[in-house]
Amino acid sequence: MGFKLFQTIFALLFNGIAYGMILFIISAGLSVTMGTMRVVNLAHCGFAMVGGYIAYALMDRLGLSFSLAIPAAFVLTCLLGAVLEYLLYRGIYRQTELKQVIMTLGLALVMIASVNLLFGASVYNLNVPSTLSGNVEVFGVGLSVYRIFLILVSSIVGLLIWYFVERTYLGKKLKAAVDNPGMARCVGINVDVLFSGMFAVGCGLAALGGALGAELMPLQPFYALKYLVIAVIVVSIGGLGSIKGTLLAALALGVVDTFGTYFFSDIGAFLIYFIMILVLFIRPQGLFGRRA
Amino acid sequence: MNTSVLPGDSFNQHHWSIWDALPWVLGLAVFYLFDGYLALGTIVIIMIIACMSLNLVLGYGGVETLGHAAFFGIGAYVAGLWAIHVTPEPITGLFAAAAVSALFGLLSGYFLMRMRSLTLLMLTLAVGMAVYEFANKWSSVTGGDDGLSGISVAPLFGVFEFDLVGRTGYLYALGVLFIVFLLFRAVVCSPFGLALRGVRENIWRMKLIGSPVTLRLVTAYTLAGAIAGLGGALYAQTIQVVGLDSLSFELSGNLLIMVVLGGVGRLYGPFVGAIIFLLVQDRAAAFSPQHWMFAIGIVLILSVKLSENTLIQKAGHGLKKWTMW
Repeated sequence: MGFKLFQTIFALLFNGIAYGMILFIISAGLSVTMGTMRVVNLAHCGFAMVGGYIAYALMDRLGLSFSLAIPAAFVLTCLLGAVLEYLLYRGIYRQTELKQVIMTLGLALVMIASVNLLFGASVYNLNVPSTLSGNVEVFGVGLSVYRIFLILVSSIVGLLIWYFVERTYLGKKLKAAVDNPGMARCVGINVDVLFSGMFAVGCGLAALGGALGAELMPLQPFYALKYLVIAVIVVSIGGLGSIKGTLLAALALGVVDTFGTYFFSDIGAFLIYFIMILVLFIRPQGLFGRRA
Repeated sequence: MNTSVLPGDSFNQHHWSIWDALPWVLGLAVFYLFDGYLALGTIVIIMIIACMSLNLVLGYGGVETLGHAAFFGIGAYVAGLWAIHVTPEPITGLFAAAAVSALFGLLSGYFLMRMRSLTLLMLTLAVGMAVYEFANKWSSVTGGDDGLSGISVAPLFGVFEFDLVGRTGYLYALGVLFIVFLLFRAVVCSPFGLALRGVRENIWRMKLIGSPVTLRLVTAYTLAGAIAGLGGALYAQTIQVVGLDSLSFELSGNLLIMVVLGGVGRLYGPFVGAIIFLLVQDRAAAFSPQHWMFAIGIVLILSVKLSENTLIQKAGHGLKKWTMW
């Protein structure tokens, strides 16, 4: 009995962490754009969706392998993000939130419609290579190899983000630009380019999450709005602009959601919304955010 | 007035003129001339009411919200449940729906209206989704995914049956819209309405001159709840089915789009926005929904990009240079 319960909790924890890591990869870029550039980006999950569909198209239509299609989706979505940042987002940084909401909502609708026109309304999964499919048994619990791979890759990505921000010269410049854009400009940092780069990488990360996580969050045209809410919840609980906060919030949310649906399926997603509302009332800036 | 501090039309007051009869003449003309469009017409009227509600908080109070469908949906569910469990009489259903939505506005507004900008946007989104999920999970009462059906509505005033063509429903909705519009106009033209616009233009100045900003916003939010609740109630009573889509983020987004299309903070904005949006959507849906979504997305992006006025400003600067010479 006791061991059985342990097994259940172990399995739930594992799946929750896998889900949470995907949420982290998808939400990291949103945290950056909303936290440091102060842009309400309702199209963020659209980039995750586009990334997922690019990976799908490359594998299924062009016959690329999984290990090539995923990085390609990352790079292509980065490029798309950079182009859209230059064309659309750059103009709305200093606009009212209403305008940001309207424009990014419009962009999300265009993304949904484009995906719908190109791929139709059906739901897609990515074909996982045979080396990553199947289960391994740990403590008598069958763990999906693919989800172990997800956790590993996401952890590596998380470490890379940390290394970049905390240990590189460019990361220092970025921090300076975020803390005080005016001063950063004065010492010769090209803040605009830095921000567009950051935006593009954020989009690319979302695409990576969308492509890798297609097994947990299947690709469909309304993906862009469906998972937007959960990404917004992650970044607002974690605190806008805080990568550490986003990671912890995503993990907590993934685990809470997985346990919630198993143990209290009647409450379901309600629990998560409730937690978010509670956190934001007590700390409007989120758990790890700084007061604006 | 110093137009560099305040946009010139911030404090325009509405005065009655012959043009104010236009929407109502149009509304009656549709009733007599286009019998086949009454169902669509009723939806348009209902959405005008819902947009008015959003326009009150967004256009006049400057409160950005992503969860306005909550009011509409709560009104719809309350009216539906009222008709099933209490009495099929429609007018009391309207009042019940408005009261519950207003109460929800008061309770949520008490907390929400202290927040600003990003936090407020995310909180309204979360509250809206929480209400959606609540209705979804409480399926014993709301019907969950299947929606609330079996709503039957007694004849209006005990005389006018709700017919299949929707003649009664249309005139009923038009009548409610007329009353709501008169009240709405009275509110936004009152000192309260002016104070609300003051909050929109400069919240800190309003605080400094001693205006109870939070109280004003909570009042507006409560009123908006009542108005959107009325819209939802009309929806439940005329369509006679209430689904989860009446609480969805999609509806919140559509309301926002309609208000923006019609002009934020304009008295007739909701009329223009809802009519254009729903008529074009209706035509496009018959043709291809994906193209419609694509088009509306492009319109939204362009509406923001063009309002930046970069091109126009550049042209203006160029012109100035010319004239200086």
